[in-house]
Amino acid sequence: MAEEEVAERGSPRIVAVHMRLGLLTSVVKEALLSSFQIASEGTSLEGSRLVIEEVPVEIFCAKCNQRRTIRSLQWFRCPECQNPAAKILRGKEMEVVALEIEE
Amino acid sequence: MNAEPRIIEVRKNILKQNDIIARALRERFREVGVSVISLVSSPGAGKTAFLERTLASLRERCRVAALVGDLATENDAARLARSQAPVKQITTGTLCHLEAAMVQGALDAWDIGPLDFLFIENVGNLVCPSSYDLGEELRLILLSVTEGEDKPLKYPTIFNSADVAVITKIDLAAAVDFDDELAESNIHAVRPGMKVIRVSAKTGEGMDEYLEFLEQRRAAMRAPASA
Repeated sequence: MAEEEVAERGSPRIVAVHMRLGLLTSVVKEALLSSFQIASEGTSLEGSRLVIEEVPVEIFCAKCNQRRTIRSLQWFRCPECQNPAAKILRGKEMEVVALEIEE
Repeated sequence: MNAEPRIIEVRKNILKQNDIIARALRERFREVGVSVISLVSSPGAGKTAFLERTLASLRERCRVAALVGDLATENDAARLARSQAPVKQITTGTLCHLEAAMVQGALDAWDIGPLDFLFIENVGNLVCPSSYDLGEELRLILLSVTEGEDKPLKYPTIFNSADVAVITKIDLAAAVDFDDELAESNIHAVRPGMKVIRVSAKTGEGMDEYLEFLEQRRAAMRAPASA
């Protein structure tokens, strides 16, 4: 995906790939970092860094009428009022957000 | 050459392709009026036995079929075929989960129009399948009594991605000192309010309640949205 993007821009050198990773994706940051290194070998991404920003799970609490970040994946409830969390707002992201390039 | 690195915004969802295919599948299922139900669980929780019994029972009153994902063998498909319902196998090789494109590929030359229910049995795995939408209407997560009550806490992501929890092998509950109340509270800790059904594919206990639930749900989904 990052390769396609740089090809469209005249193939500058990629210094870093920035990603956002939700805590509800079942993807482990460390595993992704090590597989990135292996997968990038021999590609235009070789030698670049993968920077991962982890996104906590945010829910909407209907009782508080507020966005709240849950404290644990083992407790899907509003951390303030303990109301069950029905609506998940954030935490399922798995996206490339930006590339750092040198032209 | 030594210019400062520049940041370019990309914002691309990595699983977007899967989500696009899943959305198309869901639309297709809705159009032809087939209820698609997927099953996820750890290996050995009893997906195949449960599905075999489901297919055999439902076959008497409606049109059912199944897609089964398995790493290497076709044993599961062979077992499910004993129910006399049409069964198709997706062999995933070393891939530990099904993806929407595999479901799409398997359905390519299959006229699913006449079906009432299509079941999709995922590969036994409680991690990876949680990230892949298959276009299903309902996702069942199976938890067998022999696995222990704390499975939901260990794998919250997949439990959270499911719609109904099915506790299987309930006939063995007493033998393994299964704490039913604890299991249910753990399920509800990671997915508040999720419906919990208890079954034994061996003795048939709980199967009627489960089949009734499926049919009621199908009727509700198919009912025209009127006031």
